[in-house]
Amino acid sequence: MALIKLKQVSRIYEMGETSIQALMDINLEIEQQTFVSFVGPSGSGKTTLLNMIGCLDKPTDGDIKVNNVSVNTFSRREAAIFRGTNIGFIFQNFNLLPVLTVYENVEYPLIMVQNIPQNERQERVLKYLNAVGMTDQKDKYPSQISGGQKQRVAVARALVTDPKMVLADEPTANLDHKSAFMVIELMRQMQRDLKTTFIFSTHDPKIVKEAEIIYTLEDGRLVNREEIPNPNNQAGEGN
Amino acid sequence: MKNIFKIALRNLLRYKRRTLLTSMLIILGVVMVVVFSGISKSFKDMMVGTITDSMLGHLQIHKKGYISSIDNLPLHLNLNENQIKKLTSILNKNEKVIEAYTFRIKFGSMLSNYEQTTNIRLTAVDPQMENKASPALLERIIDFSGKPDTFIKPGELIVPENLAKGLKLKIDQEVVLVANNKDGSVNGMSFTVAGIMTGLTGPSGRDGYIHLDDAKELLRISGSEINEIAIRLKNGGNLKKVYKMLNQELQSITGKGDKPVFELHTWAQLSPFSTIATIVDLLIYIIKIILISIVLISILNVMMMSVFERVSEIGTISAIGTLPSKILWLFVTEGFLLGLISAVVGSIISVLSLYFINLVEFHFSFGRMKDILLTVSISPGELITVSIIVIVISIVSSFQPAYKASKMEPVDALRHV
Repeated sequence: MALIKLKQVSRIYEMGETSIQALMDINLEIEQQTFVSFVGPSGSGKTTLLNMIGCLDKPTDGDIKVNNVSVNTFSRREAAIFRGTNIGFIFQNFNLLPVLTVYENVEYPLIMVQNIPQNERQERVLKYLNAVGMTDQKDKYPSQISGGQKQRVAVARALVTDPKMVLADEPTANLDHKSAFMVIELMRQMQRDLKTTFIFSTHDPKIVKEAEIIYTLEDGRLVNREEIPNPNNQAGEGN
Repeated sequence: MKNIFKIALRNLLRYKRRTLLTSMLIILGVVMVVVFSGISKSFKDMMVGTITDSMLGHLQIHKKGYISSIDNLPLHLNLNENQIKKLTSILNKNEKVIEAYTFRIKFGSMLSNYEQTTNIRLTAVDPQMENKASPALLERIIDFSGKPDTFIKPGELIVPENLAKGLKLKIDQEVVLVANNKDGSVNGMSFTVAGIMTGLTGPSGRDGYIHLDDAKELLRISGSEINEIAIRLKNGGNLKKVYKMLNQELQSITGKGDKPVFELHTWAQLSPFSTIATIVDLLIYIIKIILISIVLISILNVMMMSVFERVSEIGTISAIGTLPSKILWLFVTEGFLLGLISAVVGSIISVLSLYFINLVEFHFSFGRMKDILLTVSISPGELITVSIIVIVISIVSSFQPAYKASKMEPVDALRHV
């Protein structure tokens, strides 16, 4: 059964007297445990599509089902609860909370969103920090670590709640080439190890080849779907 | 909750200079209020204490209509023996709240030193009762060295300072008092000047003291008759409560035409100083309103800036799944902590300031009273009230920015640069 189903999804932004069609009649299905990428030039609708799937925005038309739940009728509170239990987010600018340490940033969703008890919390935070190779940096603040390290912490934060899927909007855009491939490789490894669905957007052609399925967007329309038979080999080439 | 406090505190410390400046402003406000309240309230309490302890008592009972004609010092509105017994029984019944009471006859008289004659207002008292109900009265008698319980004996007169000066009266000098009784007949008696008394509010005082037995003889009163009972309470702070209770009881005693026989007044209803006391209270209220404005504006300003600067962060925590209510509490907690820390530090500095004012020994004069040492203090209740005002206003003023933060759409907030 598909984890995500989009049927005839459109999104129009009203900007004063003009309307901007950000997405037009999108139909797609994403299976569980896949590594999916949305590609396309700036303004093609990648971020808007990720926002729709991530319950951060609502479509003007059409229906979105995530884990067989229709999400476009959610209230703000219902959407927040759904995101907190089902979706992990990785942002282009890392978006770590500057007043919290690396450990506390990863711990944040377990305390403030899921109310996980102390012992289990500690176990899970250390497990994911170890998985992203940031255990030795756990007491540092975001301002004390590099961009690549920040994105690793963001990956751990996105995964610590055991979500059904992780959405990453341009996760490598602010990283140098080496760090970008390390982060994508980390995401790929996590997807394989944890059987979590990863969906990321990018316009970097080298990064995009890491995905199993690539959706291409142009002017708000889905114009191509491509399956990469063996993305791992290409990742090696990229490195 | 602990984590909300941790994050809120760290966010406050993130903008150290701004937090420090806002906090200092609130601290200054708290210190202003507490020190001003401490000084003015101590001054007021000192003056009220002097008035109640040396003259009026906390409450006074008269026959109905006496106070409205007190300028004439009427003798036809005296309380008779039965009424005194009734009142005594009521007062004794309330000994838990009443420290002491005293019987008085107030009347007008002519005072002569055989050369000059002038009018004098006299208060006739039982010295033992009076000393218990007005323990500070003796402090007003110049160079008093006798026994407190017999500060006035039969045949003795204590004269006010200005009359003593005007008639050139000296201690042990013989004088004559001439008075009309309630039937209009005149009687005179000679007295010895036993003491000279300073006035409370200025040199215009014309009040002298004689023994209750002498007044009865001078006014040809047979049996027990008085026209005033002054009451001293165990705790002056209970005045309103005791007044209400006693008044209810006294109003239930009715005479002809079902009208109450007695009237009860508080010291504030009898003394013009109560207006000054009210003004002092009003000034304290005004300065508290200024404090509220300081806290309201500064916290509102700092929290609005804080929300505006952290739009992207609000988007992040909202996207992660933090409920809008928790985002609201995160920001309200910041305002609360800022208010709490400022209130605590402000209170500590205020108490230290009052301590130093006491160390400096500030002296002042009031009316005829010279060189009064101002002993300032602040009650824990007042300190807690000021702190609670600061904390509540901090929460209220941070609510609007916090509400705005909680209502942000995550998708818009994340887009914010």
